[in-house]
Amino acid sequence: MLPSSFEYVAPTSVDEAVQALAAGGGDAKVMAGGQSLLPMMKLRLASPSLIVDINNIAGLDTLEESDGMLRIGALVRHGELERSELIRDRYPIILDAAQHIADPLIRNRGTFCGSVAHGDPAGDWATVATALGAELHAVGPNGAVVHSATDFQTSMFETKLGADQILVEARIPMPKPGQGSAYKKIERKVGDYAAAAVGVSIVLDGMTITEAAIGLTNVGPLTINAADAAASLIGKSIDDAEAIEQAGVLAAAASDPASDLRGPADYKRDLVRVLTKRALRTAGARAQGKEA
Amino acid sequence: MSGKLAVTTTVNGEEHEVLIEPRLLLVNMIRETLHETGTHIGCDTSSCGACTVLLDGKPVKSCTILAVQANGREITTVEGLETADGLHPVQEGFKEEHGLQCGYCTPGMMMTSVALLAENPDPSEDDIRKAISGNLCRCTGYVNIVKAVQYAAKKQQGVTA
Repeated sequence: MLPSSFEYVAPTSVDEAVQALAAGGGDAKVMAGGQSLLPMMKLRLASPSLIVDINNIAGLDTLEESDGMLRIGALVRHGELERSELIRDRYPIILDAAQHIADPLIRNRGTFCGSVAHGDPAGDWATVATALGAELHAVGPNGAVVHSATDFQTSMFETKLGADQILVEARIPMPKPGQGSAYKKIERKVGDYAAAAVGVSIVLDGMTITEAAIGLTNVGPLTINAADAAASLIGKSIDDAEAIEQAGVLAAAASDPASDLRGPADYKRDLVRVLTKRALRTAGARAQGKEA
Repeated sequence: MSGKLAVTTTVNGEEHEVLIEPRLLLVNMIRETLHETGTHIGCDTSSCGACTVLLDGKPVKSCTILAVQANGREITTVEGLETADGLHPVQEGFKEEHGLQCGYCTPGMMMTSVALLAENPDPSEDDIRKAISGNLCRCTGYVNIVKAVQYAAKKQQGVTA
């Protein structure tokens, strides 16, 4: 099953890639891991006239902390996040998500930034980026542009990333004292998208929740920022079962799932409630240093 | 129509220079341009792992990578496993432990196993099952595949099986 014909360039710098993308017009696509784009091209769901392959650009594989931020370059693969000691030690929500994206072979190829730029509401990384308040650093013909992960998607497979922009790096604030995070996903089998998944990040002062963010995966046309559910937790104790339940109920109310092979909408909505509670409990334990 | 591109790639230690269309998939180049047919096309939708090869040492699905992306890179296929000393320990494991029935998934299964053992020479059963979770087998029920990988791990560590 071959894709339609296309022109192909593999520039070695971001500037060249931006120029190639501009020259290709709105019909050009950037390819990093290609694990979503290439299947879509084979199925003729996408037929770009030009592929700008960014795999030969040096320096896009950055995975490090600097200036208060975790930097994830455009060529950092899911598998690298899964195997990174830095991630294992400091960003448990990223490790949670990395271990259950697609399958191990696809994880050796697909990238964090590519997943976010793809704008698929079933993508796990957009939810993680929402929960962690990521900055998405892009480069276009007029220079650098920074998008916020929280409102990045505009509709299914559409984002604020301009057709002439390349997402070169995601930057995530380094964890604060008392911060805990978790990602909980239910999938029917390895390789499938989530029936539902929930990512949470909270900050505790003692037992009191002072900051919270909750993202929802594959339960609506967009990656969902469950802001009301998160706001309901502020000032509450992490041990307050009623507050945790209430956040779950509000997160479920923010979801808008469709019935499909992965289950009926009611089931998915209730998954959101339950997964939100579980994620909050795990994030709370981690914030207190009780669980790695 | 897009023009063809010159690609230089090393497959099983041998350098090849080929002229290919950008839309050609890596698995097509391996099978149809280089005539190494040990790598199988299964689902062709990145679900089954029959087409697994090593790209710079990492197992990937060659139906979901463009052949031009192998330019300047090293590919290892199942044909690259056997050496002058005989079968690779993973190949020997699949033979000794009956790790295959129809054999269709076997090349991909073995490439994933080779990469696992390179990274983790003493994997637990759980490690093995997780590592091969992107490779589907519809015959064996996986039990003997796991045994085959365990056999290879012991063999590579110099333990007499």
